[in-house]
This record gives sequence, structure tokens and C-alpha cells, in this order.
Amino acid sequence: MSQIVFILLSIIVFGLAFKQFGAILKNIKLGREEIIDGDQPWRWQNVLLVAFGQKKMFKRFIPAILHLFIYVAFLMTQIELIEIFIDGIGGVHRFFADKIGLLYPVIISFIEILSLLAFVSTIIFLWRRNILKLPRFIKPEMNGWPKLDGNLILVGELLLIIGIFSMNGADVLLQKSDPAHYPDTGYLAVSSWLGPTLFGGFDVGTLHLIERFGWWLHILVVFGFITYLPYSKHLHIFFAFPNVYFAKKRSRGEMNNMPEIMNEVKSMMGLIEETESEMGDDIPEFGAKDVTGLSWKNILEAYTCTECGRCTSVCPANITGKKLSPRKIMMDIRDRAEEVGGKIRSGNIEFISDDSQEKNVLSKENFDDGKSLFDYISDEEIYACTSCNACVEACPVLINPLEPILELRRYDLLTNSAGPSDWLPMFNSIENGGAVWQIPDNRDDWKNELN
Amino acid sequence: MKVKTIAEYVASGEKPEILFWVGCAGSFDARAKKVSVAFAKILSSVGISFAILGNEESCTGDPARRAGNEFIFQMTAIQNIETMKSYEVQKIVTACPHCFNTLKNEYPKLGGEFTVLHHTQLIQQLIEEGKLKIEGGEFKGKRVTYHDSCYLGRINGEYEAPRAILNELDTDFIEMDRKRENGLCCGAGGAQMFKEDEPGDKRINTERVEESLKTNPDIIAANCPFCITMLMDGLKAKEKQDDVMVYDISELIVQSNGL
Ligand code: SF4
Ligand code: SF4
Repeated sequence: MSQIVFILLSIIVFGLAFKQFGAILKNIKLGREEIIDGDQPWRWQNVLLVAFGQKKMFKRFIPAILHLFIYVAFLMTQIELIEIFIDGIGGVHRFFADKIGLLYPVIISFIEILSLLAFVSTIIFLWRRNILKLPRFIKPEMNGWPKLDGNLILVGELLLIIGIFSMNGADVLLQKSDPAHYPDTGYLAVSSWLGPTLFGGFDVGTLHLIERFGWWLHILVVFGFITYLPYSKHLHIFFAFPNVYFAKKRSRGEMNNMPEIMNEVKSMMGLIEETESEMGDDIPEFGAKDVTGLSWKNILEAYTCTECGRCTSVCPANITGKKLSPRKIMMDIRDRAEEVGGKIRSGNIEFISDDSQEKNVLSKENFDDGKSLFDYISDEEIYACTSCNACVEACPVLINPLEPILELRRYDLLTNSAGPSDWLPMFNSIENGGAVWQIPDNRDDWKNELN
Repeated sequence: MKVKTIAEYVASGEKPEILFWVGCAGSFDARAKKVSVAFAKILSSVGISFAILGNEESCTGDPARRAGNEFIFQMTAIQNIETMKSYEVQKIVTACPHCFNTLKNEYPKLGGEFTVLHHTQLIQQLIEEGKLKIEGGEFKGKRVTYHDSCYLGRINGEYEAPRAILNELDTDFIEMDRKRENGLCCGAGGAQMFKEDEPGDKRINTERVEESLKTNPDIIAANCPFCITMLMDGLKAKEKQDDVMVYDISELIVQSNGL
């Protein structure tokens, strides 16, 4: 009976996850195509050091260590999960216990010690978020769902660990009273003392119930986790890897070039043939107005964002009370990608743009819901950025919040002909006088000050 | 001492070793002009033949590009590249980290490949090669702190050259809390220099100056004309402009060596 429930549940959960993750991949593909600069050795080095090795986390040591406990515990628990699946499907108990000898207690003990450390870390994390109220966790963009999300996952973590210890602790006692059904696991680092301490003196029936409760709690939290991930910042546990792999290998100081404009200018100056210029009569859309104008990589980054707020906590604009928060930029991109993706998949022809030739099939090309990223991100935010790259430096998973900010500015300036009016004199001076200020002096007058 | 334009060099059949890219601030801003003068003095004191573009130099386009105005950027950048190519320029030095960054990292995609140095890098090289000797003593007992500009520091990874020079100058050097890759912006980059701030609690330069004042400095050393403006404004807002001086690294050398 429990085998059937388990198998059915597994099928439902994995089927659902398959669908959800497929939708996320489609949302990422809403972005423009972009070939990312980089080479294999450099990419794998990043994956190894930054994603697996969490190198950038260690810029802040204490959270890095606590996070490392949870992370390694999570990785190691996957081994135990394999056994849980075999037991669940096959209706056996602790499949590996009598098959791999001494290795079994060693592995389980390792998981148990890490789980204990993760338990403590999780409590400290909950305390930092809710009682200590670390500034980076209580910014306006964290109100509502993001705050709940952060806490839910930590509570889930606690439940998972409670599951592990109930299951193992009761098992240790049952091995003595019912060795036929409970194969000897050898000494387990935590449960062999925690089990007797908590459950010592309980009768076999109760112990059996506790063991089953722990086992189901563990696997149900895991199932819950899998279906919950697509809505959570915890997606980073998977996406950090491809995101780090696809990090751009180029100077931080280099903005994306705009070849259409470059060629247009070159042809205006007679440096290249007119025909080489790609710009026709209708001016294309420059920069990004919506997620479809951003690169797929920007959207992958948005899904990877852990909402840790390290970027925002070092942003000079945010520190001095401006509305700009690089974390919010990434969160907005993700929310908008979800919205656009969901609407496109609804197939509702109401969302077909009025000027589209294709009137029957909705796609990202003819999609128009009358909204854009500018409904999420205000001018006040994008124009407060100093392009200082502090956010880029701070991000533990190599996200670049500056790039979309600059692409939004480009849209606003070039396609919308808007932007801060303060800048107009600067643009005019460069265009007409070759300097940022309109100054009647000669450019080399400064040398007269040499004695 | 005479600073020659590259056109003058060509007319006399000579070729300068390096092009000194002065930049808009270095050419027109009253305070930054002093830095251009100081750096020119250092270059001629070691006998490097350097040229400027003079009126043929145009804004590199950094603020226009970061503001989002790619057309203006491309126009001025391509113009500059064509000018430099016509003079067969190979090596450039500049006292502005924004010019440095754009020339070094952004011009190649537009067809302009040059070797580009920030003036602190060239000065450090000259010191290492023994061509420039720093006469110590001037700053003995002076408390000096250093502000990493974003475009030289975090963006181009140059933290050492300016510090090495300050070390040579024999100052009482004190680091600020936020330094090197964690340095705090002065507030000028991304074309902020050319517009009003968005509403907030305080200006970014005030935040930075408050931090630097914690080191109780006599001098804040900098490497960027825009940082210098921002820091000086910040000091004024704190009424500290008479107690704390803001200098470019090259100016400290000029003072030290009595150039
Ligand atoms: S680059 Fe912009 S968004 Fe990022 S930290 Fe600097 S000011 Fe903030
Ligand atoms: S962008 Fe990076 S640093 Fe900022 S919140 Fe997301 S994961 Fe954290």
C-alpha cells in the first residue's frame, strides 16, 4: 500500500517539476539570443570555484560558513535520498545497510553530523532574518512573498532534519528489539546517542510509528521542495551552476557594443559602404524595454538570484537612501519574465499586438500586454546608478545587475528619447564641441599654466 | 617647458613615445587642469617625449555611453579612433580612469586597439625602472588616505600602483574601511556627474567623505578628476575643506620632488 502511494507521489511530483522547469526554460528563452564571451577552461574553473567552492561567499565569513554547512548537508543528503527511493519503491528497509559494510555507518554518520550543523545554522539564519533583522533582509522589495519564501525554506530545512533524526533515532532502538526487520547499521554519530536520549523506553509500536513519521516527513519535505523551487529564490541551488558557467569573460568596464549604431555612424562618416550599415528606414528598438529585449543570460541571472541582498548592501545609491536596489532589478526581471511567459503560454489572442500581421497565434514576437519592464522598474531607479560595479563584485553567483540597468537606460534614451533633461547639455556639448562641457577655451589652454 | 601636440611632432618629422590623453576634465576643469600640469611636469622631468592631441582630442564618450546615448558615444569614439589611427598612435597614458577604461576596454570593439595606461601605472613603472626617484620627506608625519576610483580599482583591478607610489612618498598611510574591491564610489560615475541626484537621504560623496574623515586625514589621495571634485564638494559640505586636502597622486609627487 505505502509502496503504491510512494510511487504515485513520485510520479506526480516529477511530472509537475518537469512541467514547471520546462516553463522556466521557456521564460529564459524569451530573452534575445546572445553569444557569451568565454572559454571552456575558464568556465569550468568558475563552476568549480564559485559555484561548487562558493568562493565569493567567503567575502563574508560567518554567513559563508553557516551556508556551507547547509549546502554540504544538502549535497550529502542526496546519497541518503537514493536509499529512501529504493526503500520506498521496493518496500524494503535500509537497502544499503547490510550491503556496503562499514561504509554505511560512516556515510550516515557524516550526513548526521552535517545535518546537526545545518540545524544550528538554520536557526541562526532564522534569527538573523526575523529577530536581528539584518538590514539587507528587510528592504522594501523583500516585503510579502520574498520574506515568506526565505522563512518557509528555512522551516522546511528544520523539518527535513527533524525527519532524519526521528527516523534514524527510532531505528537505532528498533535494531535492538526487532533485528529481523531493522538491520544493524553500526554506530551512527548522532542518532546512536540522540535516539536513546529522546525515545529511550518507548514501546516498539510507538518507535515504529516515529520511524515511519520521520521517513515520510523527510521524503514529503523533499517532494514539497521540488515543486516549490520554481517559485522560490531557492532555485539558485540548481541555476547557480549554469549561471556561473555562462558568466561573461570580458572586462567589467566594457558595455555591450551596439553594432547597428556603430555601423550607422561609420557609414555616416564615410568609413564603410552605405550597404554595410544595417539600419533601414524604420529605426529598430534599441536597448531593452521588456524582458524580450534583454539577453537570455539576464533572465537566467534573474532566476538564479538568491535575493541575498549583498549587491544592494554595497550599492552607493541604495546606501544613501535612493530607491535603486540592484536586487530589486533582478527580482523584477524574474517577475516580469514569469508574467510574460505565463501570458504567452495562455495563448490568449487578446495579447497579440495590434500592428502584428499574425492575428491568430500568440508568440513572443507579437506579444503585447500593454506593459513592460518599466511598469516594474522606475526611471528614478535606473538613473540613480553610478555604474560603480559594486553589485557585480558582491554577487556570490556572478550576476550582473548593472547590465540590464544600462540596457533600460538605452531604451529610454534612444528609442523613447527620454531620460534626465540634465544630460542634454552634456550630449549637445559632446556632439558639437567634443567635450562634456560647453567651454569656449581651446582644449590645450591648460598648458599655459605650466611654468 | 613646452607641451607639443602630435601634429607638431609630425610636422617636425618626430614621433613621440607616448600620447598623453588629457580628457575633458583635464582640459577644462579648473581643478583637474592642475593635475594635467602636474603629470606633464613628471613626464618631462624623466625626459619622456609625449604628445597631446590638443584640439583634435574629443570626449572619449564614457558619460554618453553610460547615460545610454550610444549614438553620441559612437560618434565621438569613432572620431577619436580615426584621429589616433591617422597619427599612428600606439601607446596612450591618461590621468582619468574613465578615459582609461573606455580607451582600453571599449575602443577595441570599434576598431581602435591601443596600449593604454593610467598615469599611476606609468608612474609606478618609472619608479620601478629607476627613472623617477621620489624624494621623500615632504609628507613625513602627514596622514594620507587613498580613495580607490571605481574605474581604476574595481573595474580594472588596479589597486597596487597608486598604493606603491604612496608608499614611496613615505606618508603616514591609513586605509579607509571600504577599500580596494570594496571601495565606495564617489558618486560621479555613470554620468551622475552631469545631473542632479535622485531623492535620497544624503549624497554619495558625503557618505564617502564621512568615511574618509574617520581616518583623520591631512590628505585624501585620489586618481580621478571626478572623484577629486566629488570629494572636495563633500569636504565643503562638512566644512572641512581647509583641514583636509584632496590631491591627485601625481600632484603629491610634484610637491615631493619640488617640480
Ligand atoms: S553599479 Fe549601479 S546598481 Fe550596481 S552597485 Fe553601483 S550604483 Fe548600485
Ligand atoms: S543579484 Fe546576486 S548579490 Fe544581488 S541579491 Fe541576487 S544573488 Fe544576491
